[in-house]
Amino acid sequence: MKFITAIIQPYKLDVVREALSELNIEGMTVTEVRGYGRQGGHTEHYRGSEYTIQYVPKIKLEVAVADGLAERTVDAIQNAAQTGKIGDGKVFVLDLESVMRVRTGETGEAAL
Amino acid sequence: MDGANTAWILTSTALVLFMTLPGLALFYAGLVRSQNVLSVLMHCFSIACLMSVLWLVLGYSLAFADGTSWIGGLQKAFLSNVGKDALSGDIPETVFFMFQMTFAIITPALIVGAYPERIKFSAVLLFSAIWLILVYAPVTHWIWGGGWLSDMGVLDFAGGLVVHLTAGASALLLARHLGGRRGFPHELRPPHNPGMTMAGACMLWVGWFGFNAGSALTASGDAGMAMLVTHISAATASLVWLVIEWVKFGKPSLIGIVTGTIAGLATITPASGFVGPIGALIIGFAGGVVCYYAVGIVKQKLKIDDSLDVFAVHGVGGALGTLLVAFLVDTSFGGAGLVEGTTMGSQFMIQLIGIVAVLVWSLIATFVIIQIVKAITGLRVSEEEELEGLDITAHGESGYNL
Repeated sequence: MKFITAIIQPYKLDVVREALSELNIEGMTVTEVRGYGRQGGHTEHYRGSEYTIQYVPKIKLEVAVADGLAERTVDAIQNAAQTGKIGDGKVFVLDLESVMRVRTGETGEAAL
Repeated sequence: MDGANTAWILTSTALVLFMTLPGLALFYAGLVRSQNVLSVLMHCFSIACLMSVLWLVLGYSLAFADGTSWIGGLQKAFLSNVGKDALSGDIPETVFFMFQMTFAIITPALIVGAYPERIKFSAVLLFSAIWLILVYAPVTHWIWGGGWLSDMGVLDFAGGLVVHLTAGASALLLARHLGGRRGFPHELRPPHNPGMTMAGACMLWVGWFGFNAGSALTASGDAGMAMLVTHISAATASLVWLVIEWVKFGKPSLIGIVTGTIAGLATITPASGFVGPIGALIIGFAGGVVCYYAVGIVKQKLKIDDSLDVFAVHGVGGALGTLLVAFLVDTSFGGAGLVEGTTMGSQFMIQLIGIVAVLVWSLIATFVIIQIVKAITGLRVSEEEELEGLDITAHGESGYNL
């Protein structure tokens, strides 16, 4: 199993969620986060003064999937979230040791 | 006693108190970091309470009781000898006292914009208290209480000098002595809630009808025209600020347009009872342009962190309106007409003397007050307290709890 963490543009969340539903991924965790990558934040103007916003708002999306689905999941996130402009985000894929569904106690892929 | 006039000034009193509580408080609170939102609300609220008491104890008497050309006497301290039947003109003196009290509240509250996010709360109270007695009360006496500037014929209808220039000049000096916010000028945090600032600006705009039209002290055509020019100037300056930002940065901002509103309101204030609609358009236009560039000069050239631009918007706007009224009062601009025996040139010189006198006195007295406050409470919180924010460190509360 793989644990996939994607950092995406907030306004891309809906299309990413739709793309993942098409792969029958049945759950995800979404967090509003802030950070910066190569774009290094952005600037805003208030009363003529320039303010550097170092930590830009992003969405962090976490899904756990079976090994066979991992590559397609990553592709689906990229296709949905890509604009080609700096700031589109990143996808991290980690090995997932175990999963347990709290309600039933099921473990492994049955718990995904 | 005139019932209509009394009713209008009672109403205006409520409007002007509403300018500070909660108008100005929200206007300022939206512009700071989220960790300081409550401290700014506290500054405005506690100043309102403290000034009210001091106005009764001493301030009103020093400003409006008969005295010398420089300062009023003490015979009306605690409103002694002023019963409910006493009159000021054709309205009850209690009403006049209350109306003027709301001005004495908002003026030191304006200075809050110079020092948020880093000042000690005790310093806010001590500074404001002494400032009311040393700056506000005497200048009010000079101009509205029968003092030397009023004898000279200075035109200041609703407080371009008394309110906006005193507050603006003192704010600039205090900000300089206090030092900038951590990160000033290049690494500041942006305003945390522009919507809150807009809501506050709207309350200020509406309240300003009481401020300027109430200063007619009658329910009359004078009040009507003052309200009209106030509104037109505010709208014009808002549009000017919007256009400048749109051209300069490609995007017109909410904080920009509402800052323009306040600049237009401050600039029309001294002129509001004297000019006509054309004068209001000119004053609004001039206020928007000049105050916009004044913000940049203070922050970027002088490098003074007058954080929420009290001097650039109120001080500069108040002084600008005070100068422009010398011309725009003339009937050729649709104004009420020059006082007999004066010309635009001679009135301009009187206005200039008024500005210099109020500016110099505000700076000298504020310098002295700063030394007193430094010696007694100190001015600035520690760096750690500033980082953590004044809401928690000074007041033990958070503005936003999850």
